[in-house]
Amino acid sequence: MSAAHGDYYLPSPSPWPLLITTGLFTLALGFVLMINSVGAGSWLMLIGASVIIYIMARWFGQVIGESEGGQYNEQVDMSFRMGMAWFIFSEVMFFAAFFGALLYVRQFAGPWLGDTELLWPGYDFNWPTAGPKGPVAIAADTIPGANQFSPMGAWGIPAINTLILLSSGVTVTIAHWGLLKNNRGQLILGLIATVALGLLFLSLQAYEYIHAYSQLGLTLKTGSYGATFFMLTGFHGFHVTIGTIMLMVILGRSIKGHFRPDHHFAFEAVAWYWHFVDVVWLFLFIFVYWL
Amino acid sequence: MAQAQAHHDEHPTGISRWLFTTNHKDIGTLYLILSLIMFFVGGAMALVIRAELWQPGLQIVDPHFFNQMTTMHALIMVFGVVMPAFVGFANWQIPMMLGAPDMALPRMNNWSFWILPFAFTLLGSTLFLQGQGGAPSAGWTLYPPLATQGGMGTDFAILSIHMLGISSVLGAINIVVTILNMRAPGMTLMKMPLFVWTWLITAYLLLAVMPVFAGAVTMLLADRHFGTHFFDAAGGGDPVLWQHVFWFFGHPEVYILILPAFGLASQIIPTFARKPLFGYDSMVYASASIAFLSFIVWAHHMFTVGMPAAGELFFMYATMLIAVPTGVKVFNWVSTMWRGSMTFETPMLFAVAFVFLFTIGGLSGLMLAIAPADFQYHDTYFVVAHFHYVLVSGAIFAILGGTYYWLPKWTGHMYNETLGKWHFWLTAIGFNLAFFPQHFLGLAGMPRRIPDYALQFTEFNQWSTVGAFILGFAQLLFVYVVWQAAKGGQKATSQVWEGADGLEWTLPSPPPYHSFATPPKIK
Repeated sequence: MSAAHGDYYLPSPSPWPLLITTGLFTLALGFVLMINSVGAGSWLMLIGASVIIYIMARWFGQVIGESEGGQYNEQVDMSFRMGMAWFIFSEVMFFAAFFGALLYVRQFAGPWLGDTELLWPGYDFNWPTAGPKGPVAIAADTIPGANQFSPMGAWGIPAINTLILLSSGVTVTIAHWGLLKNNRGQLILGLIATVALGLLFLSLQAYEYIHAYSQLGLTLKTGSYGATFFMLTGFHGFHVTIGTIMLMVILGRSIKGHFRPDHHFAFEAVAWYWHFVDVVWLFLFIFVYWL
Repeated sequence: MAQAQAHHDEHPTGISRWLFTTNHKDIGTLYLILSLIMFFVGGAMALVIRAELWQPGLQIVDPHFFNQMTTMHALIMVFGVVMPAFVGFANWQIPMMLGAPDMALPRMNNWSFWILPFAFTLLGSTLFLQGQGGAPSAGWTLYPPLATQGGMGTDFAILSIHMLGISSVLGAINIVVTILNMRAPGMTLMKMPLFVWTWLITAYLLLAVMPVFAGAVTMLLADRHFGTHFFDAAGGGDPVLWQHVFWFFGHPEVYILILPAFGLASQIIPTFARKPLFGYDSMVYASASIAFLSFIVWAHHMFTVGMPAAGELFFMYATMLIAVPTGVKVFNWVSTMWRGSMTFETPMLFAVAFVFLFTIGGLSGLMLAIAPADFQYHDTYFVVAHFHYVLVSGAIFAILGGTYYWLPKWTGHMYNETLGKWHFWLTAIGFNLAFFPQHFLGLAGMPRRIPDYALQFTEFNQWSTVGAFILGFAQLLFVYVVWQAAKGGQKATSQVWEGADGLEWTLPSPPPYHSFATPPKIK
């Protein structure tokens, strides 16, 4: 333990938590009303989301100000690091739920459904499947006929996206080395490259979704394959989006001259988060696209 | 910071003190008050259920509203009462027990609390939407296909579960970081009070399973509104998938509800036995073992769902293993009392009752763990009796005992011991009268979650209803005792209890606003 307890930074009372919660509540309420087609659900969602974004900007802004103002000692820095690490762990467990669902339908529920002749006689289970009542799967990346769908192949865009994300892991590390050497140019260029790779990944992912919906007959409603495919890649894409925004924030801060070689928690937190979405993608590539 | 020193005991007054607070004691108080309010809300729902079950036939509520009551009672008691109460204890006690000035992440601490009232507003509002199907009514376990049908109450429940999940994850992160990073110099892990240990392990359980629950309800929401087929066999999914994902969360969740109670009992019993806790190290290892086992036993909630025999056997044996570390704990509590100089103030009464009654719940759990026997017990009142023995006489008794134990420290005043004892005895008698007969009802075949029953079950049901009303109304006495101590009364010393040991007892009663501005010396 550090001996810094006596001057531990205790933040003064803060309005941000309560205000962001009102945004969260409005967003959740609006969402429920929207999916049930009641009243002004989508407007409530918009208000809630705006409140959340605005308060996050103010809250993070205050923390950045305190950090750059030198109010955080090593113990506070360690608290932030531990907090971020365990937050990422909780995110890993969120994805685990969906990977678990994929494993279960492929390895257990599907084969059992195919083996029994009681429910749907004549249904044989082969992955990918949209189930006994869904469209029939044909070869990957081919144009389906009526009541057919084509699963997403692994070696087109997904393979390119794998290379893009792995490269972005390298560029963010190059940026980190730049920061440690106090080489601002390397730091900024590395971050610009990482942001660009993130945006490229997201564009290709969007193209892939449009392709799936318009040409492959593959949608969220395409049985257990469509559900697991879009939920896993969709939540991953959402996390890449968040990660890219976080990278843009630290890029802006780097340009403004924030961070020191010995004091840059936010940079490392974003880098950890970026590596986390990278690793999740590798599992997605193997279990959703490839195998 | 000098600033922090200067502000040592200053804080805003009025409502903004509570809305914007970053202080662990204020936030702990808010958690405990919310928990107490929700205790009465959830308790009122339980009394609606018991009033309806006073006699066979339908008399007070219609079956759909009965289903809403069973669902909401469970959701509120689990997420609105027991979990917030334990987080309230954690907030008050962990910084004091570790020699820290506050929690590690004070603003996030405020956020994890304030999400809760909003989440419960979202959930509770469904009771006023009876025209749209009312509150969720598929049971707190939300099994599809029942939960994929029905009105928008289930959507409200899902979104409120997302909010509760955010609160729990943030709270758990804060507790882990506080314990790992804020201990006073010399406070090594194996010197930490057992309450802190059990909370550290509980926080890890929360971090591991709350996100899984969030994922599960997200899939449910997608099945309800976005046309996915996760839980629909026609699309290649499986309703049983829900049960697996839910109970992968659900079983560790029930240990989230009991591990801090183990910690509370392990603080109270040594104090009033005037002996150090017997087998401290083994208590730590037993808690960790129970937490580990909680991840590999989930399907014992699903023995009748049609799993392969290998699965039934694995989950049966893994479940029975839990009896070993739990037995170690019960043995240690009893051994702590063995030849101690015992006195029986209210906290100790609750703690001793906890050990005795929780063990009954543990033994009925062992009966349920035996797969072939569970085929008979499944979804009967035997299960209801079992989990109320572990959750009411386990978790709630520990919470009540813990409140009496630390109330003089928190308020600076001794509570009224006579009224406290009355509260204990009414609670203990009411509880056993309410739930012991339910074992017999279940073994005789009365199904749970049904508003009507066969004539031969009437007498035990009437005992149960009388007991439930005694239990419920006895809690008003608790509110009075707490209120009285908060207002004034005999001044409490720092030490409060003759046999109390630990850093929190070195601080005055009530303790200063920021617990330890400078780290204390650890023996």
